[in-house]
Amino acid sequence: MTRVPKQPTVAVARKRRTPAPPEETFLGMPAFRHGAKNALANTQQRRNLRHATGTIRAKRAAVVGEVADWEGLRRAGEDVKNDVLAHLDSYLVQFEEQFTKAGGTVHWASDADEANRIVTDLVRATGADEVVKVKSMATQEIDLNEALEDAGIAAWETDLAELIVQLGHDRPSHILVPAIHRNRSEVREIFLEEMGRYGTAAPGDISDSPPELAGAARIHLREKFLRAKVAISGANFAVAETGTLVVVESEGNGRMCLTLPETLISVVGIEKILPSVADLEIFLQLLPRSSTGERMNPYTSMWTGGGSGDGPHDVHVVLIDNGRTNALGRLHGRSALRCIRCSACLNICPVYERVGGHAYGSVYPGPIGAVLTPQLRGITSDIDASLPYASSLCGACFEVCPVRIDIPELLVQLRHEVVEKKSHARVPSANQAIFAGASWMMADARRLTAAQKLASAASRILPKSGHLGPLPWPMSKWSNARDLPNPPAESFRDWWKREHEGGRP
Amino acid sequence: MTGENLEASVRPTAITDPGAGRPGAGKTVALFATCINDTMFPQTPKAVVSLLERLGCRVEFPLGQTCCGQMFTNTGFFDEALPTVRRYAEVFAPYDYIVAPSGSCVGSVRDQHPMLAERTGDRSLVERVRAVTARTLDLSEFLVDVLGVTDVGAYFPHRVTYHPTCHSVRVAKVGDRPYRLLQEVRGITVVPLPAADQCCGFGGTFSVKNPDVSVAMGADKAHHVMETGAEFVVTGDNSCLMHIGGVLSRLNSGIRPIHLAEILASTEGAHP
Repeated sequence: MTRVPKQPTVAVARKRRTPAPPEETFLGMPAFRHGAKNALANTQQRRNLRHATGTIRAKRAAVVGEVADWEGLRRAGEDVKNDVLAHLDSYLVQFEEQFTKAGGTVHWASDADEANRIVTDLVRATGADEVVKVKSMATQEIDLNEALEDAGIAAWETDLAELIVQLGHDRPSHILVPAIHRNRSEVREIFLEEMGRYGTAAPGDISDSPPELAGAARIHLREKFLRAKVAISGANFAVAETGTLVVVESEGNGRMCLTLPETLISVVGIEKILPSVADLEIFLQLLPRSSTGERMNPYTSMWTGGGSGDGPHDVHVVLIDNGRTNALGRLHGRSALRCIRCSACLNICPVYERVGGHAYGSVYPGPIGAVLTPQLRGITSDIDASLPYASSLCGACFEVCPVRIDIPELLVQLRHEVVEKKSHARVPSANQAIFAGASWMMADARRLTAAQKLASAASRILPKSGHLGPLPWPMSKWSNARDLPNPPAESFRDWWKREHEGGRP
Repeated sequence: MTGENLEASVRPTAITDPGAGRPGAGKTVALFATCINDTMFPQTPKAVVSLLERLGCRVEFPLGQTCCGQMFTNTGFFDEALPTVRRYAEVFAPYDYIVAPSGSCVGSVRDQHPMLAERTGDRSLVERVRAVTARTLDLSEFLVDVLGVTDVGAYFPHRVTYHPTCHSVRVAKVGDRPYRLLQEVRGITVVPLPAADQCCGFGGTFSVKNPDVSVAMGADKAHHVMETGAEFVVTGDNSCLMHIGGVLSRLNSGIRPIHLAEILASTEGAHP
């Protein structure tokens, strides 16, 4: 997301129609470690995340474990997506032809601004001043809701968790479960405080039981579903062979949005293509098992163009690039475009589990965000240059990825790009100097031996407690919370020389 | 691997093999100590020497060795990693078995050295690197797969818990070999570690680039270790162990970090 500060226009005088998101934007966010430090101090969020990711990990493991050839399925998914990315040009044109033939209209947008302009114009043309929305990462990515708000159009999120986030003046912190950082008592308070300002209020005596909370949301949303003339969605898949769009969801809010309004506008990343309907066999197994830990998701909606009869008559798709062709042109980076947004990598990630999504400064948080965002936005800002380092490289993400994106390998390749970019700076950083020095030392065993002698000499004057406690900066980065063993009096190689080579150490 | 031929060409066969009758008889092993063990934890490679010699192997320590270069590679300093890749390929070229007490360093050698060599476009380097990296084994792999032993004759009368380090499992893919080796140690009690498959938070330079997250992960790992009531936490990687042990030490937990090799080298009358 690259929202620029609002220009002071006549819009300032107008009252907002939807809840305002937080003031701070992702643009200009500090490096990951700063956001992470704040997030770690949020004890409520840490407890919520530990509980939620633990639950969903266990569910996923159970339903993946029961598939006879899960590895075969993963490889099939990887192969299909690799084929799509290798022939994206022709598949996109094929999709456009089929979608158009079926009565839909295809629009192309190279970036977020263009996509927002197209959608805003399409909504304006209908005369509507509000839209209902199916949960969509693409529209989060381009920050469509705020673009519509600026145009005087209210965009209502209808996914339960997106509704919680929107009413809470908050940002999503997870690809699939955007309110994962909230617990039910927080949700109750948000509903009580905010629902009445934007529609049907929550009952004053509402408890924090999930059925009561969902009931309040259902009543609040129903009013909006029945009134809406325009719906906006994303899509999980776009089938080139038939021009079919597919949305996979759990709550039925998507089905309401996709069938009730007269106009349907879908904002879809160009990498969402699948060659044929038959390929859905693979992905409709991979996606629900990896994401919600279900054998099958409750609602799968498919539509091909528009037309008369039931459902929307005026059907549009806005195919967005917004940095995807940057990633496509990169040898290693391209594989990140296989992502089907299941979020299994977020749920398994020990870093994500502790810091949550907001620290990543991107609508795509977690391991996939750390490899995707710097490629979509470029490694220009502090936050984007720090994202490839927001991982211990433990490799759990690669293990669970349904399309086998080797995220650790991508992270390392992106780190190399960050290093290369910084190497052009006029003054070398302390980091560069340290690694250049260490490289020189490790190039020759005699230099390493000399360094070891220094460590051994230090050990002789250090206290005999066996370990070092807190030390000054920069060692404090290690020693603030961890002891360090005293260096040994003799390195292994000195011992070896003494014992085996008969030489002096 | 052309084990016996190469060995014969490099080293004249001794008239009497001191390892005769033991699993390692006739096998010469080049020990890759790894820079962190060599410098900070010499007791671990010493334990490898004692263990492998006890099993009948002949152990050599090529003095030209330095480091696998992982700290450079994983931080993005590919050019700076290259001297270690060249050095490794040169120093260990003559050996059939290159054994290191570190799943992480072995993983880096096997997984990253070929990639780094490819970047140079030097085909001969790539071939030399591929040849030597394919012969590099973690200690647990060498014991179980090459020597075919899980009972190494060790004695360690203590309660321990084992943390399977991420790179040993997910990059070097040592699987359950360390468990099988531990299970056969006489006198030992191995207690399962809760959430064993979660990273300890070390992550190489991650531990100082993102120290707060690293310590948050380390604290959880330390708590799980303490829940087991073990006296020792065991891994096959001293780098992760330095982090877990650093947290446990700061907490005065009374739990000692120990490398798998040191347990396997322990015998009646010679154990910590």
